[in-house]
Amino acid sequence: MIDAMPHLAVIRFGLGPRLNEPLPTDPRAWLAAQVTTAAPPPEGPSVSETLKARDADIRDRDANGGTPPGQARVVPIIRADQRAWAERRLTATQPYRERLVDFWMNHFTVSGRNGGTRFMIGAYEREAIRPHLTGRFADMLVAATFHPAMLNYLNANTSIGPNSPAGQRNRRGLNENLAREVLELHTLSPAGGYTQGDVTEFAKVLTGWSVAERAEPFNTVFRPQAHEPGQKHILGRTWDAGQESAEQVLRFLAQQPATHRHLAVKLARHFVADDPPPGAVRRIEGALRDTDGDLGAVAAMLPTLEEAWAAPLSKLRPPKDWVLAVCRAMALPPERAEAAIGGMASLGQPLWSPPQPNGWPDTAEGWAAPEGLMRRVDWANTVSARGQQLDVRVVADAALGPLLRAETVTAVMRAGSVREALTLTFLSPEFMRR
Amino acid sequence: MMETCEGPRASRRGFLLGLAATLAVGPTRLAFARTEGDARLVVVILRGALDGLYAVQAYGDPAFAGLRGVLALPEPGQENGLLDLGGRFGLHPAMPSLHGLYAANEALVLHAVAGNYRTRSHFDAQDLLESGAGQRMTSGWLNRALAAVPNPEQARMGLAVGLGLPLLLQGPTPVGAYAPPGLERPAPDLVYRVAALQAPDPVLGPAFAEGMRARGFVAETLGPPGAPDRDQLNFPRLAGSAARLLAAPDGPRVAAMELGGWDTHAGQANRLPPLLRSLDEGLGALKTGLGDAWAKTAVLVVTEFGRTVRPNGNNGTDHGTGGVAFVLGGAVAGGRVVADWPGLGGDGLLENRDLAPTQHLRGVAKGLLRDHLKLPEAAVMAAFPRSAEAPALRGMVRG
Repeated sequence: MIDAMPHLAVIRFGLGPRLNEPLPTDPRAWLAAQVTTAAPPPEGPSVSETLKARDADIRDRDANGGTPPGQARVVPIIRADQRAWAERRLTATQPYRERLVDFWMNHFTVSGRNGGTRFMIGAYEREAIRPHLTGRFADMLVAATFHPAMLNYLNANTSIGPNSPAGQRNRRGLNENLAREVLELHTLSPAGGYTQGDVTEFAKVLTGWSVAERAEPFNTVFRPQAHEPGQKHILGRTWDAGQESAEQVLRFLAQQPATHRHLAVKLARHFVADDPPPGAVRRIEGALRDTDGDLGAVAAMLPTLEEAWAAPLSKLRPPKDWVLAVCRAMALPPERAEAAIGGMASLGQPLWSPPQPNGWPDTAEGWAAPEGLMRRVDWANTVSARGQQLDVRVVADAALGPLLRAETVTAVMRAGSVREALTLTFLSPEFMRR
Repeated sequence: MMETCEGPRASRRGFLLGLAATLAVGPTRLAFARTEGDARLVVVILRGALDGLYAVQAYGDPAFAGLRGVLALPEPGQENGLLDLGGRFGLHPAMPSLHGLYAANEALVLHAVAGNYRTRSHFDAQDLLESGAGQRMTSGWLNRALAAVPNPEQARMGLAVGLGLPLLLQGPTPVGAYAPPGLERPAPDLVYRVAALQAPDPVLGPAFAEGMRARGFVAETLGPPGAPDRDQLNFPRLAGSAARLLAAPDGPRVAAMELGGWDTHAGQANRLPPLLRSLDEGLGALKTGLGDAWAKTAVLVVTEFGRTVRPNGNNGTDHGTGGVAFVLGGAVAGGRVVADWPGLGGDGLLENRDLAPTQHLRGVAKGLLRDHLKLPEAAVMAAFPRSAEAPALRGMVRG
C-alpha cells in the first residue's frame, strides 16, 4: 500500500500538489511548521490608500460633471490585489495558511458586490485577517468588525444613535445590519439564543464607529457625537456608553460557549466533512475553550484529528479550490493568474464576491448543481488547451498519486489528445474532491 | 463502470441508456397518477427580503405616510405616483408590467403575509421558506411536490434557472437546470466520457447526468448557444429563456428562479427601483415567452420576510416580518389585493416595528399546489408537513 498521507495533506489542508514540486516527506510536521512560522505576508496598499484613491475618483467625477474622466484609480488596485491573491495561491509554499486565510475571509465575509466595499477587500485580508491567523479569535473579531471594509459592507458606518447629538440634529438613526450579522454569523449563531432586543442594543453599542471615507484619516474613526448615550443591555449584561463598549461586547461574545461551538462546527465542516463528526467538533470546541480562543492552537490541532485523514476524499472542492488545484496541477505560471480568477467567476464563485453576508456555501450540495458541473468541463477543456506540452500520466500521478482510480487512468490513457486527457483528469471524481 | 469503457462508441450509448433507465424509473413517481391538465408553475425567490410596504404601499392606511417618511411615494394620480390597486394600496411605479397584469385580472397581490417562522435571519428564513417546514430540511417543498407529478420522457418536470440549484428544488426528485452558456463548449464525445467517469459518484454522477440532459434539451428548444454575452444572467433575459423552455410541449412544467439584492439597509429609495424594474421586466418576459402556455401558468413571487415599517437611520429598512407576495399568470383569478389588513396605527405593528402578518405564505403555496397543479392532498402535505395552521388559500386560480 502506497502511503497516501502526503497527497492527503496537500489536498485536504492545502491547495493540491503543484506539478514538479516535491510532496512533504513528513506531512504532519509540514503542516505544523506552517502554523508556527509564517512566510512574509503579501504587500499591497493600505485601506487608507484605497480610500484616498476612491476619494480622488469621486472628486474627478464630480469635477467632470458626474462622469469619470478616465479609468478610476480603484480599478488597478482591485486588479492588482486579485492578481496577487491568485499568484500567491498558485505558488504557495504555505498552502495550509492560505486555506485558513480563505476560511476566515469567508467567515467574516465582506463582498465586492457592494461597490463601496470592493476596493478595500485586499487590504481587509492583509489588515484584519492575516495578522490574527494564528492569534486570538477575539482579536480577529475586533479587527474585522472595526475594519472600514466591514463597517461599510454592513452599513455600520452610517448607523447613528437616535438620541446622540448627531441623531437628534439629523433625525437619523440606527442600522441593525452589522449588529445582527456579528451575532448570527460571526459569533453566537442563532443557537446562541439572542433576541431582537439584543440585536437592537448591540446596534446602539456600535454607533459612533464609522469610516472617514472622504477626509483624513481615511480609516475607521469613532464619532462620539453619533454614539447612542445610556446603558445598553445585551444577553443579561449591562454596558455603559462609550468608545470602549463595542470592543468590550465583541470580546465578551468571542468567549461565549455558543461562539466556540459555532466556530468548531464550521471548521470541522471545512476541513473534515460536510456532516462534521461530533467527536471532531467537540475537540475543536474544547481547544477553543481551553486556550481562550487561540486560533494557532486550533490550526495546529486540526491536522491531528483522525477524522481529517480518513479516505476516501469526501469534500467537494468548491470552484475556488478546484480551479486553483487545476492550475497548480498544470504548473500554470503566476503570470497566468488571470486564468484562475476568470475560472472562478465563470464557475459561479467570483473572487471576494459572495452574494450574501453568510459567505460561500461549504457543502457539496451548494456546489453540485448540474449546470455548475457542466461549466467545469467547459473551463477545464479551455485551460487544458494550454497544456499540450505536458505528460498526462505525470500530471495525473502528481496530482492524485495513490488516490488516482484505475477507471480514471484508463480513460486518460485512451483519450485522443493531451487536452482531452487533462480535462478527464480534472473532472474525475477524485480530483473534484478534497 | 469499467465494462462500459470497452469500445468507445458502443459503450457510450450503452452507458447513456443505462443512465436514462435509472433516472426515469424512480419508485416514488410511479405511485401517483398522471395529473390533469398542463399547468405551469414558476416560483421566483427574492433573496435578501423585499420591503413589501415599499413595493406595495398602503397609502390608504392613515398611519402610512407618517410612519414611512421618505419611503412613502405620492398617491396614485400624482406626479411619479403609485400605480393604483383599487383604492387602498398602490404599486411602485417601477412595476408597470405587473400593474398591467393586475388590471387584466391576471395578478394577485398578497399583503401582510409571512412564513411560519419569526426569525429575522435571512439565512434561517430562506432555508425555512424553501424547506416549507418548521425546521430546515435537506429537500425543498417544490421538489417534494414534484414527486407527485409524472416526469415526461425528455425533460425533467422541474427546472432550476441559473447557475445554482436552490434548496427549493433540492431533494429526491431529479430536476433539470438551465443557465446560458458562458464558455466555449467541448465536443459532446468528451462530455460523455466525463459523465462515465463521474457516474459512480453518488453526488456528482446524477448531477452531471442532469447537466447533460438539460443542455441537450436546451439545444433543441433554444437553438445552439450563441456568443457569450456578459449580460445573459440578467433576470429579464433569464426569465425569457426559462419561459420558452416551459412553453415547449415536452418541456419542464415547474421552474424556480432567484433574484438577489433586496437587503436594502441604506438608501432604499435609490436601490430598490432598478431591482423592482428588473423583476417587473422579468415577469413581463415570462408572459411573452410562455405565449399560449401563459393561460395555464401561475407565477409565485416570494421573499423571506418583510422589513421594518419605519425607515432606519439610513433611509433604509432593517429586517422585519410581514411582507408581500405576488401570484400572477393567465391561470390566476387576479385583479385583487388579498389582505386581512392589520393596520399600521395604534398597536397594529408587531413588536412596534414590523408589519403584523395576518396570512400564511405556506397557505398560498399550498393553494397553488392543490388548485393549480391539482396535486392530491397527500402530496401537498408532503410538501408542507405539519402545516395545519396554514390552510390552502382558496380562489387564486380560475376555474
